[in-house]
Amino acid sequence: MNARGRMSRRELLKVTALAGGGLMLELSLNRPATAEELSTLLSSRELNAYIRIAPDGEITIYSSIPEMGQGVKTALPMIVAEEMGARWEDVKIIQAPIDESRFGLQGAGGSTSIPNNIGAMRRMGASAREMLIGAAALLMEVDRADLDARDSRVVHRSGESRTFGQLAALAAEQPVPDPEMLSFKDPRSYTIIGTAVGGVDNLVIATGQSEFGIDVDVPGMKYASYTSCPRVGGKAIRFNEAEIKGLPGIADAFILAPDDRAGRASMGFLNGLAALRGGVAIVGDDSWSVFEAKRRLDVKWDTTGASDDDWSRMVEQAKGVARKGNGETLAAGVSVDEALADPENRVHEAFYQFPYVAHVCMEPMNCTAAYRKGQGGEPDTLEVWLGSQFPAQVKEIAQNMLGLAPENVIVNPKRLGGGFGRRAVHDFATEAMAISHRAGVPVKLTWTRPDDIHNDLFRVGGFENMKGAVNPDGKLAAWDQHYIGFAKGGKPVIGSGLRGNELPQSVMKNARVRQTMVDVATRCGAWRAPGSNTNAFVEQSFLHELAVLAGRDHVEFLLEQMEPRRWVTEGNVNALNTGRAMDVIRLVAEKASWGKEMPEGSGQGMAFYFCHAAHVAEVAEVTVDADRNFRVDKVTVAVDVGPIINMSGAIGQVQGAVVDGLSTMALQQITMKDGVIQQDNFHQYPVMRIGSTPAIDVHFIQSDNPSTGLGEPALPPLAPAVTNAIFAATGIRIRSMPLSAEGFNLV
Amino acid sequence: MSRFKLTVNGELQEVDVSPDMPLLWVLRDKLKLMGTKFGCGIAQCGACTVHLDGAAVRSCTLPVSAVTGAVTTIEGLAGTGDLHPLQAAWIEHDVPQCGYCQAGQIMSAAALLATNSRPADEDIDAALAGNYCRCGTYVRIRKAVHTAASFYNADAGDQG
Repeated sequence: MNARGRMSRRELLKVTALAGGGLMLELSLNRPATAEELSTLLSSRELNAYIRIAPDGEITIYSSIPEMGQGVKTALPMIVAEEMGARWEDVKIIQAPIDESRFGLQGAGGSTSIPNNIGAMRRMGASAREMLIGAAALLMEVDRADLDARDSRVVHRSGESRTFGQLAALAAEQPVPDPEMLSFKDPRSYTIIGTAVGGVDNLVIATGQSEFGIDVDVPGMKYASYTSCPRVGGKAIRFNEAEIKGLPGIADAFILAPDDRAGRASMGFLNGLAALRGGVAIVGDDSWSVFEAKRRLDVKWDTTGASDDDWSRMVEQAKGVARKGNGETLAAGVSVDEALADPENRVHEAFYQFPYVAHVCMEPMNCTAAYRKGQGGEPDTLEVWLGSQFPAQVKEIAQNMLGLAPENVIVNPKRLGGGFGRRAVHDFATEAMAISHRAGVPVKLTWTRPDDIHNDLFRVGGFENMKGAVNPDGKLAAWDQHYIGFAKGGKPVIGSGLRGNELPQSVMKNARVRQTMVDVATRCGAWRAPGSNTNAFVEQSFLHELAVLAGRDHVEFLLEQMEPRRWVTEGNVNALNTGRAMDVIRLVAEKASWGKEMPEGSGQGMAFYFCHAAHVAEVAEVTVDADRNFRVDKVTVAVDVGPIINMSGAIGQVQGAVVDGLSTMALQQITMKDGVIQQDNFHQYPVMRIGSTPAIDVHFIQSDNPSTGLGEPALPPLAPAVTNAIFAATGIRIRSMPLSAEGFNLV
Repeated sequence: MSRFKLTVNGELQEVDVSPDMPLLWVLRDKLKLMGTKFGCGIAQCGACTVHLDGAAVRSCTLPVSAVTGAVTTIEGLAGTGDLHPLQAAWIEHDVPQCGYCQAGQIMSAAALLATNSRPADEDIDAALAGNYCRCGTYVRIRKAVHTAASFYNADAGDQG
């Protein structure tokens, strides 16, 4: 029987869309009855995933989104398995290849993987379930209304059942259900969603078998290092070529000229970032040889027009801008000047600053590239292996820089040894591709840790000058926020400036928000919760300052700003909902025993923040000694991101965000002098160690709102919760990060 | 270049490399044992932790010429067994996020448990102080080490 002949118009459309690249679908439709290895294959561009059921009952679900520790490779298939009625133990997860014509956007960023894909995953699972039930109805000769799918079986109300494996071949011949007509399981009957499931790769990770980008080994492969100009925008003129080439284990060394073509990106926020920087490539027999040769490099740089950024100068400049007090007005407020001038009101002004910080993913940036000349009129091809948050971007780079058609470029996605926004940009892949193209051999380019820090796309630093007034009743009367940040080509860099959804201006009328942008050459990029991770520190600290000024309890003062319960943008379920905010604030206060008696030198601090559709409140408890050594004893977190998919993954993300937030605010700062990044390695740019880890108590409000992402939003409230707690413990207000530069040592 | 004989995970290996080459790169680039990771090259992050005669060492700064004992990597930690108790505990507690540092964490923890089968939190913090986790999985790392320790003590009727 011809499967195509029985398809509805809609299904025919799906097949048409897949015929060009959907090899697996073709395979399945052409021989569903043979079923040696594949019995059922559902596939759709719209559904954004694959399910395969083998005759032995093994269910394979393809995960199309990159995994970097955020848990998506486990969470998304859980949704599919739940809806189809599979037993989790029967499910095998495979990372899908990179082909956005088949899988849709294969990217991970902005905590969007769950909200963007949950609907498609549910439809995929429900479609499979209906096809399996359809097959069972035929096979068992019963009414499909009397059938139910559970535990990887279709069960009749009489108790008779068939396994998914037994049904797979016949299910493949069932019509694919119309997505509009699908019904979904009652969440109360869930057996997988909401439970705690371990990461699907835990075994291979714990036994050292997991393959990250850096572990790729290709036949004939050489190893490469790249040294780009320490000042952004510079290029290499000459280097000690003869000496380098004469070193043991070195095969080749050459200059690469800057190439902006590689930077062109269709995803606007990435535009320009993956450009090839001018520098020197070294190719050799092993990583150590090329690293040693790199150490001996002596390069004459042309630094005409290169970065001369200087952090100390930036700080002075920002203070000058703050004194002048003008800037682009984003929100005018109602009567801010009047309230600030009113002698009845108490008024307060404070200058905050936050540094540039690096990503320092534990796996340094790396990429393996094999450029192959086409033989006998065949086109040249390129194969690339890397960990990437947006792997399809690599095809764009190859097309723009090397003129390769996308179909002649194969991208092999590998597990990411950390992302945090760094692996959204593929400048390291640009370098590997250019080196392989020039050297004519496959190369694995590995950045040393200093390369990884110097060439990072940093979380942008910045400054905010804050003014506020509280009236005689202790209520917030005016909020005046002036952001001084950084721009390139007249456009704020990622994470710099205000978007208008920050607190409290989004909930109060009398808020004025202005910003001034200063040009910067230093490369900036997305860093876990861009913008939010610094704005939360300033806004939630200053709100606490005003609560103190008003003589009010911080929680009470914060709750007051949220009244009444409402969506700030009506009809937008991704907007701030002040009711959800109040609920997490109250819950965290209750769970942390807010206001309890604290010993001398200890204090509680709290902060709330909203970003990525998530409402998160945190209470930190700190102890500070006379020498300003401090430890964070405990952090209590309350989160509303709607229903949780994987409870274990969710708790892990929150714990990790708390540790990351603490590590960053306490210890980390990148500075530039004459355009050169001053930190080389972990001895100058430390990461928090295990001994400083607080107890972390995580609570979820599983509200009846759509499930949204949790990779980022638990990080922003941490810093202000800690500095507010230090104020409570000592009376010292910290308005600048990192705390180590303010004389506070995390122990 | 010089020839070096190494015992790695119980097998005798011979490599022809520069005497200065750190053990890390011998393992990864020459012996293709990729479980041991490169993180910093200056013994600050612990991703490269292996055992030298049972003691945890940072292989990124240990020249191959200075390797005098038997080397064990994450691939050989379980020996002939299925999983080392720490590996089982890492899975049970769902420790890994990105997973990159975890081999080093487990190797440091294994060296600890070999000499102290009832570690307190402070002991764990001290033994693992050389191992960064950028994802911040430290809470679960502590729990998993305690769980693995209780496996060692099960015979004595102490479940920890």
